[in-house]
Amino acid sequence: MTPSAPPRLELSGIAKAFPGVVANDNVSLTVAPGEIHALLGENGAGKSTLVKILYGVQAADEGEIRIDGRPVVIASPKAARALGIGMVFQHFSLFDALTVIENIALGLDEAVDRAELARRVDAILRAYSLPLDLDRAVHTLSVGERQRIEIVRCLLVKPRLLIMDEPTSVLTPQEAERLFAMLRQLAQEGCSILYISHKLAEIKALCSRATILRAGRVVATCDPRAESTRRMAELMIGTELREVARGGRAAPSGPVRLQVRRLSLPRGGPFSVPLREVSFEVRAGEVFGIAGVAGNGQSELLLALSGERLAPEAAMIRLDGRPVGRERAGMRRRAGLCAVPEERNGHAAVPDLSLSDNAILTARHRVPLTANGFLRFGASRSFARKVIERFGVKAVGPAAAARSLSGGNLQKYVVGREILQLPEVLVVSQPTWGVDAGAGAAIHRAILDLAESGSAIVVISQDLDELLALSDRLAVLNEGQLSRPIATADARADEIGLLMGGVHGEHARARGASRA
Amino acid sequence: MLYATPFLAVALTAAAGTIVFGLMGYDGPRAVRDIFVAPLAHPDRWPELLVKAGPLALIATGLSVGFRANVWNIGAEGQYIAGAIAGTGVALATWGLSGAWILPAMCLAGMLGGMAWAAVPAFLRTRFGVSEILTSLMLTYVAVQLLFLLVRGPWKDPEGFNFPQTRMFTPDQTLPAISEGSLIHLGIPIALLVACIAWLLLARTVAGYEVKVVGLAPAAARHGGFSERRTIWLTLLGAGGLAGLAGIFEAAGPFGQLTPQFPGGYGYTAIIVAFLGRLHPVGIILAALVLAVTHVGGELAQTGVGLPQAATGMFQAMLLFFLLATDVLIRFRPVLARPARARAAA
Repeated sequence: MTPSAPPRLELSGIAKAFPGVVANDNVSLTVAPGEIHALLGENGAGKSTLVKILYGVQAADEGEIRIDGRPVVIASPKAARALGIGMVFQHFSLFDALTVIENIALGLDEAVDRAELARRVDAILRAYSLPLDLDRAVHTLSVGERQRIEIVRCLLVKPRLLIMDEPTSVLTPQEAERLFAMLRQLAQEGCSILYISHKLAEIKALCSRATILRAGRVVATCDPRAESTRRMAELMIGTELREVARGGRAAPSGPVRLQVRRLSLPRGGPFSVPLREVSFEVRAGEVFGIAGVAGNGQSELLLALSGERLAPEAAMIRLDGRPVGRERAGMRRRAGLCAVPEERNGHAAVPDLSLSDNAILTARHRVPLTANGFLRFGASRSFARKVIERFGVKAVGPAAAARSLSGGNLQKYVVGREILQLPEVLVVSQPTWGVDAGAGAAIHRAILDLAESGSAIVVISQDLDELLALSDRLAVLNEGQLSRPIATADARADEIGLLMGGVHGEHARARGASRA
Repeated sequence: MLYATPFLAVALTAAAGTIVFGLMGYDGPRAVRDIFVAPLAHPDRWPELLVKAGPLALIATGLSVGFRANVWNIGAEGQYIAGAIAGTGVALATWGLSGAWILPAMCLAGMLGGMAWAAVPAFLRTRFGVSEILTSLMLTYVAVQLLFLLVRGPWKDPEGFNFPQTRMFTPDQTLPAISEGSLIHLGIPIALLVACIAWLLLARTVAGYEVKVVGLAPAAARHGGFSERRTIWLTLLGAGGLAGLAGIFEAAGPFGQLTPQFPGGYGYTAIIVAFLGRLHPVGIILAALVLAVTHVGGELAQTGVGLPQAATGMFQAMLLFFLLATDVLIRFRPVLARPARARAAA
């Protein structure tokens, strides 16, 4: 950084408090032009609050923001965009039924002629070699393609600072590589990038500097390329990491607890994927991984296993040999099959209810939370408290509304709620989605302990590292079909990645090429 | 803030009423005073308020449970009439008999009648996915016509000088007053008791929890093993049963027979009561009293300022309108924006 070039972004003394919590406390950081800067931290460390302040979603209580040396006030996302700040959120705001170009047009601050817009978008796609068909409806796109729409939206305003919030959490390794290439190219052209992620490996590969937040304060600034992954994780968590030990276990040879045989399920709605003859078995003590990019039947498989959608025939799903395919969620839980869906708000938990009321939702079949049709509030409170303590959920207590918890904390709660019921079979989708390294390790540990105690576990995840760390065997779900399972010990990440993205990615590329 | 909006809505209704009736050439302030204040100022009117509030609270309690679960039963009026018809059927069949069992039998028949009327929308919704809003509303007109048919035909009082009305119920078929000479019949305390029991069930049972969760987050309810179908049946039958009970209470209470004037709109007004009471049983009892005040006050205003009869309905409708509007405006901030040209061009 030369004196003639002030930092692209300079935050000094940013503070923000919410009732009961200090989210940011005297946070300062600088990002140079063209720098890819990592923002690291656990759930609740204050990363989201900081970038929301930066993007004008929230106002800081104290502190100063300078862009290119000039102090600025960012009152709204629109003001942020006018200053050249773009942001790609973890959750996309796209209309499924509209086309790519319609979605882009809707996101603009100013009305632009449609043909002119298409020309400009095309130029951007070409410049960064991003394949994307502008006339396709969003619901037909993969998550990676959807993310490209959000990125293109940002690039249209020629950003000088791009904020990426956990961009790779939903991508295949191949899609992530493509994203990194694009980000490096952007940085080379002088755009600064503030990159938020939990995945330390990719931060080492991508970023030249990292600011680590803990409990709202900056605890360290380092060069991630020179720092060890372990050291960064410890800085983030503040304690020494406990390794999740997976190795050294004999192949599980217990009885088959969950058997799925030729499970087919028609589409549940216009944007859902039919399941086609899915078959697999999970033995006692085994963790079975199901890999694949979202939107290939994962949600449908989870609904079919949990009992929220019934299988056409009872024998398609067997629990300890008993056919349960026609039984509903409550009966399956009582029989020993618990499930954690991917979506926490509104599916795994009711946002408006308290944590202790949310305990009743799924734990009442296996834990005595009711008596003669009446609710036992004391029992559900103490069960909720147990989950909160065992899984380190940051919440004021069992009376806290589910909606008041951060995503990662609610995730810990819903996963913990099922694990503490000690189910015979646990089906869990994206167990550590949006959860930081420390909490993720705790959830993994709990899942492995449950397996050790003789339960059969199905983990549906898009995070390949997670599946490789947890599962004994894994298979890939692609367009509703499940591949042959392979033993994790023999699996290579890139091989599975190709299977995951394989067909889907090829389609996208072919379409992109035919358009060009 | 959520609990402040009902009060705000009442205030806005009074203000708007003053202006509207003033512009129409009436004495606006006096009209509003007659409708909202006068019934409270006359202690001799209070029993009448309770008599009106009873059925409103009973019906609204049933409706509120359904509304919490996003089951929109708009046809409580029909279920109320069906309950009265079924209960009256028992009364006419037992005419000339005596015994303490007759009145309970009539009440039971009233509940079953209301439930049967509500079962039709429940069946159509769960079996064919037909909106219960339409079917329950349309069945109200069927119930009204059925009532007209019966009182003009088979159930016409043979000694009634050809008036379209049934026989007067015998003392064994009539709800006793709570004290000698009082307007207040036994149905009123029962209605209040039912509202309290409903609150207990809603707050403390698995079924109440189910209704709440189905309304708040349907996907989470399925995940928790609750069946939406079951909730639809449960809430519609519950609401129908309570509306039917209110119907037979009214027939065996103030009316003492069935006449074509029987449908008084309680089933519709109860929808306003349910929302004004925030779908909460205690709130519903208070809201039922407020609506009863406007009902009685509307009659006072007819004689006092010469307001048309429709004025009461207009006040009640304004109340619901202002309530819903303030709810929306408190939750969302309206933004005036220029429509984008790109979208217009598309």
